[in-house]
Amino acid sequence: MRPQDILMPVAAGLCCKPGGFHIDPVRPVERALITHGHSDHARAGHGAVLATRETLDMMRLRYGDGFAGSVQAVAYGEEIRLGDVTAKFHPAGHVLGSAQIEVACKGIRIVASGDYKDVRDPTCAPFEVVPCDVFITEATFGLPVFRHGEAASEVKKLLASVSLFPERAHLVGAYSLGKAQRVIALLREAGYDAPIYLHGAMEKITSYYQERGIPLGELRAARGMKKADLAGTITLAPPSATSDVWTRRFPDPVTAFASGWMRVRARARQGGVELPLVISDHADWDGLTATIQATGAGEIWVTHGQEDALVHWCRTRGLAAQPLDLVGYGDEDESETTPAGEAGA
Amino acid sequence: MNRFAELLDRLAYEPGRNNKLKLLVAYFRKTEDPDRGYALAALTGALSFKHAKPGLIRDLITERTDPVLFGLSYDYVGDLSETVALMWPKSSPSAASGGGEEGRASSPHNTPPSPTLTDVVTTLRTLGKTELPARLARWLDELDETGRWALLKLVTGAMRIGISARLAKTAAAALGNKDPHEIELMWPGLSPPYLELFAWLEGRSDKPVNRDPTPFRPVMLAHAIEDSDFAALDAADFSAEWKWDGIRVQAVSGRDERGHIQARLYSRTGEDITASFPDLVPSLHLPGAIDGELLVLRGGRVQTFNVLQQRLNRKVVSPKLIKEFPIHLRAYDLLGDDEADLRELTFVERRARLEAFVQKLNDPRIDLSPTIPFASWEELAAARADPKSAGAGDDADAVEGVMLKRRDAPYLPGRPKGPWWKWKRDPHIIDAVLMYAQRGHGKRSSYYSDYTFGVWAAGEDGEQLVPVGKAYFGFTDEELLQIDRFVRRNTTEKFGPVRHVVHEPDQGLVLEVAFEGLQRSPRHKSGVAMRFPRINRLRWDKPPREADRLETLERLLMTMTAN
Ligand SMILES: [Zn+2]
Repeated sequence: MRPQDILMPVAAGLCCKPGGFHIDPVRPVERALITHGHSDHARAGHGAVLATRETLDMMRLRYGDGFAGSVQAVAYGEEIRLGDVTAKFHPAGHVLGSAQIEVACKGIRIVASGDYKDVRDPTCAPFEVVPCDVFITEATFGLPVFRHGEAASEVKKLLASVSLFPERAHLVGAYSLGKAQRVIALLREAGYDAPIYLHGAMEKITSYYQERGIPLGELRAARGMKKADLAGTITLAPPSATSDVWTRRFPDPVTAFASGWMRVRARARQGGVELPLVISDHADWDGLTATIQATGAGEIWVTHGQEDALVHWCRTRGLAAQPLDLVGYGDEDESETTPAGEAGA
Repeated sequence: MNRFAELLDRLAYEPGRNNKLKLLVAYFRKTEDPDRGYALAALTGALSFKHAKPGLIRDLITERTDPVLFGLSYDYVGDLSETVALMWPKSSPSAASGGGEEGRASSPHNTPPSPTLTDVVTTLRTLGKTELPARLARWLDELDETGRWALLKLVTGAMRIGISARLAKTAAAALGNKDPHEIELMWPGLSPPYLELFAWLEGRSDKPVNRDPTPFRPVMLAHAIEDSDFAALDAADFSAEWKWDGIRVQAVSGRDERGHIQARLYSRTGEDITASFPDLVPSLHLPGAIDGELLVLRGGRVQTFNVLQQRLNRKVVSPKLIKEFPIHLRAYDLLGDDEADLRELTFVERRARLEAFVQKLNDPRIDLSPTIPFASWEELAAARADPKSAGAGDDADAVEGVMLKRRDAPYLPGRPKGPWWKWKRDPHIIDAVLMYAQRGHGKRSSYYSDYTFGVWAAGEDGEQLVPVGKAYFGFTDEELLQIDRFVRRNTTEKFGPVRHVVHEPDQGLVLEVAFEGLQRSPRHKSGVAMRFPRINRLRWDKPPREADRLETLERLLMTMTAN
């Protein structure tokens, strides 16, 4: 049996025939194993969904109770038998509840890592290296120019700006699921204990993080605040909202954006960002290459992102590597919409 | 260096002037001497050292990285310095600290301290060319990403961060609650790292005095006037004179410690060009500072810029050259008269002093720029349209347009809006075809914004386009988007950052190009080179076959050099 007989890309996503399931399918399927709660990976309408408890909760928050025919919560490390294969979920360090899915069949082990990062994040379980034969890796930041550095020093930069411009509001664009809560947690670690304000689109998911026991300090809704009272404050908002009329309620806002993309100036400028913060929930180049080596896998499948460079790198290291043609991933925040009452003044 | 890098990084993203000012003031306040002084020098363009060539930077990265990965990265980032700064390999685990501290004392044993801005600037001044690559590599090892980016921008002389020298000086002035104009006036006598300046600003010493007998004074420049500007302007408030097509210079004379007259000639950016025009020096025999135009005069007649061109960029100024191209200074303004600084006086007052000064000089090589009498904008428009009969006579071909100067305005450095206007004669216009496009720099790095265009000429295989120039401005932001889209959709070949764009008789984009002048150029395949070409309009309506021909340009060249 070859690895591609166990897992292969099809239009709906990564398909496991011998196990009778898909991983992170982009179209409705009978049985889906889902790595994490971002909307490009976790879609509604599948027959059965297997995922971590947190991922299932996040899907319920986004899509409502009937998002799948049936659900099954899987704990990290728990082994489940599906058809001819066994599957196991391991922490991916990407967001709360995110998992890599290990699929084993007749002595061949494949790890589909979903989105992952190998650096510290106070809001989720740390990434775990899973030894395997085939490692399926993302390549969102698969170019050697992407090196994210310390997230803590980026947060320091934000706080320095807040103290330099006390009469202005700081608006931090961040993906609603994961990034926003991580930035808040990092601010608290840096000693910032003032209330932090939230765009309406982040309230639900952020209180879910708090319910799961992640301390985020005092959070308030930005909605209904007087303009003058927002001077000197920090507000988290979905990236799309930071260039919206919504920002007019803030006094001379400094627009920050917390993302790995902020490493490249042209990219940051295109978005009209004034204070780029290089904080990423995806592994950077050094993280990708170190992880690939650590898994001991002899074969690497590279998906969503800058596949060319990473495939080239693998081959120069003597690893069999190929791009995996999967579409539909990479827009984590696309489906976030502005809830009623947030738009306008 | 890291703190300066952080400042540059932040300034590059901050659009608001007042916020930029605040960032600069905060930097000057928290940074020690001499680093902040060298930073001020870097921001005002007052640093001078031989710049490193991009090829050197490329070599350094090629030795250290996989060429395929470098190629993919460069293509993604679009800027050489930034690509290298981001992908420079970590030399040792301790080298790439993320912190922003300048201090070397705090660095633990074995960690190479990152260079300070002072280290970089003072080293570059004296470093030999062969030592540069190794030194640069060591610095790159020691700095973080932002530090490497700033270092590479600095050493390649490509620091474009969207702040003016004026703003940097204003920030320095704010440190001591001083009027920035005070700094402007004393600026020529100061040099990096400006220890006396900061001491004065912080109230630790007296105001610095200028000891240079022949200082350069920052030049006052004019805005181009638009038709719509006239409505708000009263002709009676302005004086007008011809805008001569030569080289704007500042001729400064002063007495050194022994009382001897020293003379210097500066370009409008403050570059000392005295050595290129030794024949003018004896004429500058009275202490003072003239703002004027360098021209070549033959038999009392002003020659065109093409003639003056022969005297530029010469390594050796031979007696033959001096005789064939006799240099002349046409005086516009007087900034200093002996010990007196005239820059605070009004234009009318300065003009009176200038007339007296030129008369006292009594030198055939120096004369007054004549004023143009006019009572209304209509009269001035008529003079501009026909300089020959409006007083310029046989010199009319060397007239580029008209200068307007407010009678009550002091001499202000930079390009203040309002006191001075330039009203150029209508430029030459041709229709050319877009041939190649290249990605721009800085905030345009994601756009194809540098365009090579050509006109038709008879070639071996029939009609073909020959490139005649390159333009990267003149278009609106909206037009830039349109051209960028066109380029991406009509690329025939890619070479690194350059794209070949379709240019067939019936397929392609016609650009209306405006330019100020033409000259012969053996370096160009077409044999001609344009001065100040810019995109005037996009001619979506015109098929490339109807674009202009090389003969049109050649004819124009003949009329321009005929006299
Ligand atoms: Zn994700």
